[in-house]
Amino acid sequence: MHVVVFTRSTPDTAAKVEVGANGAVTWGDAATVVNPWDEYALEEAILQAKNAGGKATVIAIGPEFHNEALKHSLAMGLDEAARVWDSALEGSDSLGYATAAAAAVRKLADVDLVIFGKESVDVGTDQHIYQTARKLGWTTLSYVSKILAVDYAAKTIKVERLLEQGKQIVTSRLPAVISVMKDINEPRYPSFIGIRKASKAVIPEWSLADLGVAAPAPQSQVVQFQNLPVRNVQVEMIAGTPEEQAAKLVDRLLEEKVL
Amino acid sequence: MSAVYVWIETFNGKALNSSWEALGAGKTIAAAAGVPLTAIVFGENAAAIAAESGAHGADKAIVSEDATFNGFRLEPYAALLSKLVSDNKPKAVLAIGTARGRELLSASAADTDSSLITEATSLEVQADGAIKVTRPVYAGKIISEAVGSSAGTQFLTLRGRAFKPNPENAAAKAEVTTVPPVLAEADIATKIESFEEEVGTVNLTDAAIIVSGGRAMANNPKDAPAGAADATVWKAQDGFDNTLKPLADVLGAAVGASRAAVDAGYIPYAHQVGQTGKVVSPDLYIACGISGAIQHQAGMRTSKVIVAINKDAEAPIFKLARYGLVGDLYQIVPALTAELKKRLGK
Repeated sequence: MHVVVFTRSTPDTAAKVEVGANGAVTWGDAATVVNPWDEYALEEAILQAKNAGGKATVIAIGPEFHNEALKHSLAMGLDEAARVWDSALEGSDSLGYATAAAAAVRKLADVDLVIFGKESVDVGTDQHIYQTARKLGWTTLSYVSKILAVDYAAKTIKVERLLEQGKQIVTSRLPAVISVMKDINEPRYPSFIGIRKASKAVIPEWSLADLGVAAPAPQSQVVQFQNLPVRNVQVEMIAGTPEEQAAKLVDRLLEEKVL
Repeated sequence: MSAVYVWIETFNGKALNSSWEALGAGKTIAAAAGVPLTAIVFGENAAAIAAESGAHGADKAIVSEDATFNGFRLEPYAALLSKLVSDNKPKAVLAIGTARGRELLSASAADTDSSLITEATSLEVQADGAIKVTRPVYAGKIISEAVGSSAGTQFLTLRGRAFKPNPENAAAKAEVTTVPPVLAEADIATKIESFEEEVGTVNLTDAAIIVSGGRAMANNPKDAPAGAADATVWKAQDGFDNTLKPLADVLGAAVGASRAAVDAGYIPYAHQVGQTGKVVSPDLYIACGISGAIQHQAGMRTSKVIVAINKDAEAPIFKLARYGLVGDLYQIVPALTAELKKRLGK
């Protein structure tokens, strides 16, 4: 039994991200961290592998700075890491990601479960998750808040999913690609020994030739990045007793026509 | 380039109101391309929903009713949508970017190797027919402008509340075509065992008004009962239920929360607004006892009017707010609820 989890490096959540004079996205001196949603995916991969006596491998697709997320993952306790990158993936869209990700999963034997965090905070989307599943030809179970049962021998899984209107319990055949929510577990902090081990790890880099696939032609592209329009608000402070504050606020909100 | 497709999302045999926003956005593209606007409706009640789509601006509708579509499972929906796209090569396929909408369009775009851009907040059809959109990235901290390839079908999911529905015309009719499903039950790997609907709550992403609580919910002056496992958590939970919820109810608002409140166990994660929660854009956002960390701001800064209620006049939330009230939320919120009841006649 083998679990594969995907991750990537993203700017620290508290970082001020902006578009620089050259049009590129910058976050100054702020550190990069594991994509915040992926911490739950990494923890779940460790738990699943441990429960089933299997192995958990973490993969990132992208240039070298994604090794930071992989090293954090190893320090948390993932068994192995690999990074996929190729100059042909420069400027690729989610189809390029999905093609590479699916090929990387196929390269590893005996994989029953692929786990993603709910979305990638940098690109602001989850589309690559579902597209990876389609390129593998596997089932997708998104927004998983609990794995209720899993049987790797019988190849079945039962999960709880958190959807807009409520909670769904669903069973599926394996292999499957799942995306997990914050509710699913409590991610561990890397141990001191884990950090030391990870710092020495040499992470293999796989090219598309190593994976036996070619990059598909991108179907969409980013034209440019823009800073947010300046929020031109002047705060009006409303003073008085709580009753006076409430009455004045309701006056203003009625004028704004938002009630 | 036969048409612009808009997937009409349904739940329990009813269309989601936000789907009409997708028909509104679809009309812009269909008009620019000179092609019909086609509603795609699968599942329970599809024929009736197709008729409703006509009133909301669809020229045509493609419907499929089959037991495999009940509840939503990705496989039967994606298999049929991908077949329709391969057979008819529409110019674009649109849906509101709900969990199901993003999943379905991502799957079909992968099946047909088409362009896909999610979470569009505005769109423009270029002279060459390519659709250019803006979308938030880096948790809403910056905006990306992206364009699809006009050579194939362009898939787009739309941020809820970003596009206006077409004016409703009850007399307008969509020309309906019925198609069979692609997959049979035996071909589908997933089974829905149960669905526990959250009733009586307003969905955060659809809400026109949101009332949110933060860490200061724990400053409830009420005493926790002797048996409470954790007095602080009890006070905060009681505050959400008995102080914030009544305000939300009088406004018809959804209840949100900061990450600090969720992490402390005051309220379930489903209510979290911010970078690792939901990104919302209501007309009115009332932040109660929320300091306004950058992660929270990322999730709510595009709200039209922001009201901040906080004890600390220096809290960063006041830099974002249109109206600021310095004081104890446990005094101001009940006063506000009472005032609104009086003024709104409830």
